[in-house]
Amino acid sequence: MCLAVPGRVVEWGEAAGGLASAVVEFGGVRRSVCMACVPDADLGDYVIVHAGVAIARLDAAEAERVLADLRAALNDPAEAGP
Amino acid sequence: MTLDCPLPHPASDRVLLAHGEGGRLMRRLIRDVLLAALDNAHLRPLGDAALLPPFDGPVVTTTDCYVVSPLFFPGGDIGSLAVHGTVNDLAVSGAEPLYLTLGLIVEEGLPLETLRALVRSLGAAAEACGVPVVAGDTKVVPRGAADGLFVCTTGLGQLRPGVDLGCHRIRPGDRVLVSGTLGDHGLAVLSAREGLGLGDELRSDSAPLTGLVASLFDAGLDVRFLRDPTRGGVAAVLHEVAEATGLSIAIDEAALPLSEAGRGACEILGLDPLFVANEGKVVVFVSPAGADAALACLRRHPLGRDAARIGTVGEGPAGVLVRGPLGVPRVLDEPAGAPLPRIC
Amino acid sequence: MKHVDEYRDPHLARALLDRIHRSVTRPWTVMEVCGGQTHTLLRAGIDQLLPAGLRLVHGPGCPVCVTPLELIDRALAIAARPGVTFCSFGDMLRVPGSATDLLHVRAAGGDVRTVYSPLDAVALAREYPDREVVFFAVGFETTAPATALAVRQAAALGLGNFSLLAAHVLVPPAMAAILASPGNRVQAFLAAGHVCAVTGYEDYVALAERHRVPIVVTGFEPVDLLEGIALAVAQLEAGRHAVENQYARAVRRDGNRAAQDVVAEVYEVCDRPWRGLGILPRSGLRLRPTYAAFDAEKRFAVEAILTAESAECRAGEVLLGLLRPDECAAFGTACTPEHPLGAPMVSSEGACAAYWRYRRGGR
Repeated sequence: MCLAVPGRVVEWGEAAGGLASAVVEFGGVRRSVCMACVPDADLGDYVIVHAGVAIARLDAAEAERVLADLRAALNDPAEAGP
Repeated sequence: MTLDCPLPHPASDRVLLAHGEGGRLMRRLIRDVLLAALDNAHLRPLGDAALLPPFDGPVVTTTDCYVVSPLFFPGGDIGSLAVHGTVNDLAVSGAEPLYLTLGLIVEEGLPLETLRALVRSLGAAAEACGVPVVAGDTKVVPRGAADGLFVCTTGLGQLRPGVDLGCHRIRPGDRVLVSGTLGDHGLAVLSAREGLGLGDELRSDSAPLTGLVASLFDAGLDVRFLRDPTRGGVAAVLHEVAEATGLSIAIDEAALPLSEAGRGACEILGLDPLFVANEGKVVVFVSPAGADAALACLRRHPLGRDAARIGTVGEGPAGVLVRGPLGVPRVLDEPAGAPLPRIC
Repeated sequence: MKHVDEYRDPHLARALLDRIHRSVTRPWTVMEVCGGQTHTLLRAGIDQLLPAGLRLVHGPGCPVCVTPLELIDRALAIAARPGVTFCSFGDMLRVPGSATDLLHVRAAGGDVRTVYSPLDAVALAREYPDREVVFFAVGFETTAPATALAVRQAAALGLGNFSLLAAHVLVPPAMAAILASPGNRVQAFLAAGHVCAVTGYEDYVALAERHRVPIVVTGFEPVDLLEGIALAVAQLEAGRHAVENQYARAVRRDGNRAAQDVVAEVYEVCDRPWRGLGILPRSGLRLRPTYAAFDAEKRFAVEAILTAESAECRAGEVLLGLLRPDECAAFGTACTPEHPLGAPMVSSEGACAAYWRYRRGGR
């Protein structure tokens, strides 16, 4: 379940019925996304979007760090088998 | 004796049932809207049939129906789509498209301005392709019996000399090419129709393939089979070929060309681009020896810039396999119904 | 696409696979809870690349599959009413109720619309004040914030023609049910990453302790799943049973408080029958009395629904991980995507549909 995709917040939108909204870019398409659940997200941030609603702000720094660690660990000669 | 009310109909900005009844209103419609946009020597007499000069060789004919909704979408409309789709069926059959006939089924209440715009677009597309509409018919149906406008066409073409295309020519080892990015038309129409709010970056690829296909023949390449991947996408074509030949086809998922917008749309809607319709692309089955040259030939053409080799034909049994990012093949299902966006 | 493509890197994936192969010394059974994870595993062929003794079992994480039959039948009855514009995620359109499905209701004249977001249904209600717009709110904790926001927005806009049919289900009770079922062989879980992005993973600590199973919160791309499996296997081999977070870029321990708050404002927890599994206590969400005006169940009186599930369908066992889809006698014979006996064969990520699509015929 829960197809949710990371996208970049590119522009603030008009709030409707009290809900904050922004234009989020996914690859080459843009869509209006409700930002009510990610009050600390800003322009340029990546958010995880499900059913037109941002459900989490992606921690880009954490993501880079974890990926770098993973790559390093997997390249580590100690990882390689006999 | 006929009972014809002599009073003129009030001027209307919408299509009425009377426009299809063969009287003054209909003649005016044909003259002002249809002939104005489609005029050519064959059509002008407005006879019951068109007189065409003899053909030089085997005649190729196709018939198509267009019911797309919405009538206008980013990158095209039902008018230009009807021309491109029909011309493409002829082109991928190895024919030079020569003539079109046109049947229009109009829903009562369609704004005349809408009909005018669509027929103008159809006429412009026909002219750009060099394929005149030589005969036509128009009917008006009651409100609710059609979705604005339905378009039916017949295309007539002449088989290019020396061309022998068909599944019977496909052999194990043949390469599978596609002329450009997948799914653009289907995604644009889906987004427009369902109001998915994905903006204008998604545009239909509706276009005539005559020139692109001709360039393959002009280069003398051993093309086995061509097909334009419309409804059901490339997946439908692959299954059709696998079934007809009894051979397997292996596709490399990483090689499938996607536009940036198409990629993004497929990701957020959860759609597989292999199942989404195209209206300006061709799938090419070509001999191994001719594959590189065919790819280069496609890429030289404006409509083939993103052409790619996507797979290879194998031995039997019949089936379509897609190799994923880790190199593991999975069975590609047959398309079953229109692709639907999902949240799961 | 950034933050997606990196996790489809075949080199990273291969390296993780090697690590898994090197660390496995005994047979293990691991369940991935979420249907989206099942989808990726089968599509990328990961299940075929894992060591022979490492068995992946697919969980009930397909909300479409577990939405109670009675709710689906109620939805179909409402959708068939004149004056109703029934909005649903695409996933639900082909799911069979007792007698029909939404696509057939549409063919018979019902105004059934696919929407990408529940907020689009609210927009429709605004645009067409003379239509009764009803939204079918299926999904797990991931989707509840979106539907809750839709109700909040409709309330703020004073829309009298919008209502929703609440059908949300919650994951931790299902995991507890699996662990408690006799015959359970699951030794570790890959928890649903997007559910946890909303809820956090505090709830799983007690589960891991009580049943002594490692639980790894995992994402959805091939590299995420392989890393999750590698972490689970490492714990199993070492005899540990902790909760770990592989999907740290999206999931924090306490989840998304803003999302949890909006859900808690609009919904309350209730008992809910899961299709194929029976009633799981405190496993569903229903609208709070303050939002009763937006409850489609109250707005549309539907006569007594007599549900009739296929006797042959073994969806319940599949959802609990006790039966593999291709081990079911009806798989591919009486039950195919064209004529499904139950929801897991028709949902885009039901286990049966996934097996049909990716495993039938080809090896």
